[in-house]
Amino acid sequence: MSQTFYRKGFLALAVATALGASSFVQADLKIGVAGPMTGANAAFGEQYMKGAQAAADEINAKGGVNGEKIVLVAGDDACEPKQAVAVANRLADQDKVAAVVGHFCSSSTIPASEVYDEAGIIAITPGSTNPQVTERGLSAMFRMCGRDDQQGIVAGDYIVDVLKGKKVAVLHDKDTYGQGLADATKAQLTKRGVAPVLYEGLTRGEKDFSAVVTKIRSVGADVVYFGGLHPEAGPLVRQLREQGLTDVKFMSDDGIVTDELVTTAGGAKYVDGVLMTFGADPRMLPDSKAVVDAFRAKGTEPEGYTLYSYASIQALAAAFTGAKSNKGADAAAWLKANPVQTVMGKKEWDKKGDLKVSDYVVYQWDKDGKYHQLEKQK
Amino acid sequence: MDGIFLQQLVNGLTLGSVYGLIAIGYTMVYGIIGMINFAHGEVYMISAYLAAISLALLAYFGIESFPLLILGTLLFTVFVTGVYGWVIERVAYKPLRNSTRLAPLISAIGISLILQNYVQISQGARQQGVPTLLEGAMKFDIGTGFVQITYTKLFILLAAFVGMGLLTYIIKYTKLGRMCRATQQDRKMASILGINTDRVISYVFIIGAVMAALAGVLITMNYGTFDFYAGFIIGIKAFTAAVLGGIGSLPGAMLGGIILGISESLFSGLVNSDYKDVFSFSLLVLILIFRPQGLLGRPHVAKV
Repeated sequence: MSQTFYRKGFLALAVATALGASSFVQADLKIGVAGPMTGANAAFGEQYMKGAQAAADEINAKGGVNGEKIVLVAGDDACEPKQAVAVANRLADQDKVAAVVGHFCSSSTIPASEVYDEAGIIAITPGSTNPQVTERGLSAMFRMCGRDDQQGIVAGDYIVDVLKGKKVAVLHDKDTYGQGLADATKAQLTKRGVAPVLYEGLTRGEKDFSAVVTKIRSVGADVVYFGGLHPEAGPLVRQLREQGLTDVKFMSDDGIVTDELVTTAGGAKYVDGVLMTFGADPRMLPDSKAVVDAFRAKGTEPEGYTLYSYASIQALAAAFTGAKSNKGADAAAWLKANPVQTVMGKKEWDKKGDLKVSDYVVYQWDKDGKYHQLEKQK
Repeated sequence: MDGIFLQQLVNGLTLGSVYGLIAIGYTMVYGIIGMINFAHGEVYMISAYLAAISLALLAYFGIESFPLLILGTLLFTVFVTGVYGWVIERVAYKPLRNSTRLAPLISAIGISLILQNYVQISQGARQQGVPTLLEGAMKFDIGTGFVQITYTKLFILLAAFVGMGLLTYIIKYTKLGRMCRATQQDRKMASILGINTDRVISYVFIIGAVMAALAGVLITMNYGTFDFYAGFIIGIKAFTAAVLGGIGSLPGAMLGGIILGISESLFSGLVNSDYKDVFSFSLLVLILIFRPQGLLGRPHVAKV
């Protein structure tokens, strides 16, 4: 009895091993997509996954990369640094991915990128803008977006030149990304002679900012700049309006580029007039027309970081194909030497892994809860 | 300047009354069975979802007047959240009534994780929101400045104090209240005198959940946005409020909540919002050094 059991068991094991081995032979090119798939910022993870999946499908339909199909592996960091490291280790050791598209929050990308660096995995982040992401000398860390020291300059200049802000309140969410960006904006404002009258941090996850709003009122600020993400930006702008500060301009960053801002603010009328900086809308480029139409035909709008994620997969595929190798180091070396034609236009990277050209522009939300790129003011 | 100061007081009072409502759940459960119900923050979070669901349902049936909407939502949310409170007691506490002190603590943390993940899976991980129910605000001119209070905030203050008053009445003057107090003083003696203490414990969990539900409806109305993780921070704050006021003491929970709310808002208003939590917790440490039982708590007398 027990002997047959063992024999059956061994047989099953043998079959399983054979199956495993055969799937190993036809190895797919695994690419991790890491970001906040759950938690308060899950909207961005959704954008990442949507863009990456569409790009992978497109490339696979054309024959894949070096004869292999791209298979995406999702990694959920919930925008928490600790979980990001765990996810990075899983992607590197267990899933054995060749490349990673991710992460989203800079505070997650920075520790996770150390793991990828040790494992020789090439990583490209569609949305982490903190300078430290590429400033630590990692050889295979790239980004598809600009840097906060560029974004802060654009925001600071806009506040001084267009909004004519005299008393600016600068707030942040005490996170690597939010505070880093607020610092960059503050530096630019100070350089332009409009030192902020208020500079303070909020706590991520809280919803009551009425004390800070009252303080903004007491200093008589005419512009409020917030470095952070939409779960806090929404309630903040609503409470500003509810305390009667209806004329104060509210400006934020590329962390609120999702229609969920309307939900967190409690309605489109509260986001009306909100300004934000973000890369020039890739949906308006001629290169992206076919892809955008394909998304819209399926009933989804490729908003925010969707096309950034799409372009990241394209860049990785081009690098692996161009280097004729699935090794992270080869692909990274190739990507630093060659431009790639992506859905967002032709992109080139410098030695650090930053884009050679990045163009932040200012967007405005309207009373219907949609955002539009404003004309470039120079 | 005086207008600003008053405004900060109002901000703190609204925030604090909500902390107080949730703190009641912690303090009552502790008073009766000497345990911290770590799933209580999640009960609040569930009630926020229930409030949104009930608002959507009522709107679907064409009910649009504010009193009817809020009454229907309160009834529905309070009832269903009460059921949650009862079930949590049945599943996580009752089977462990006679085990070590740590066992129910762990099972409550387990329930808290289960509830978080259950909501995340069934309702999605995205931010949820409800539309503004009560528009408009009152503006008082004071000296050089002004104080502005939205009608929603006035309603919160009113509802919170009515809720607390009602609960105090129940505990002080009704039979149920007497049973609760008797069980709190000496569970064994109470059961010898014919009180079904198991049932009293169930009631206490339901009362705690009902207060959390009231807070859930009020907060959802005020901030309009929540997610499955919303119970965590506010749960910790309410727990702090309960300890501050003296855990086990009902008026202590309310007082603790209000002190915490006002100190947070005054500190961030007058000094710096970065360190408001540091300030609140330093206050807690100071109070516990000089009054280890909390502001209104009874000192623990060891029986020899």
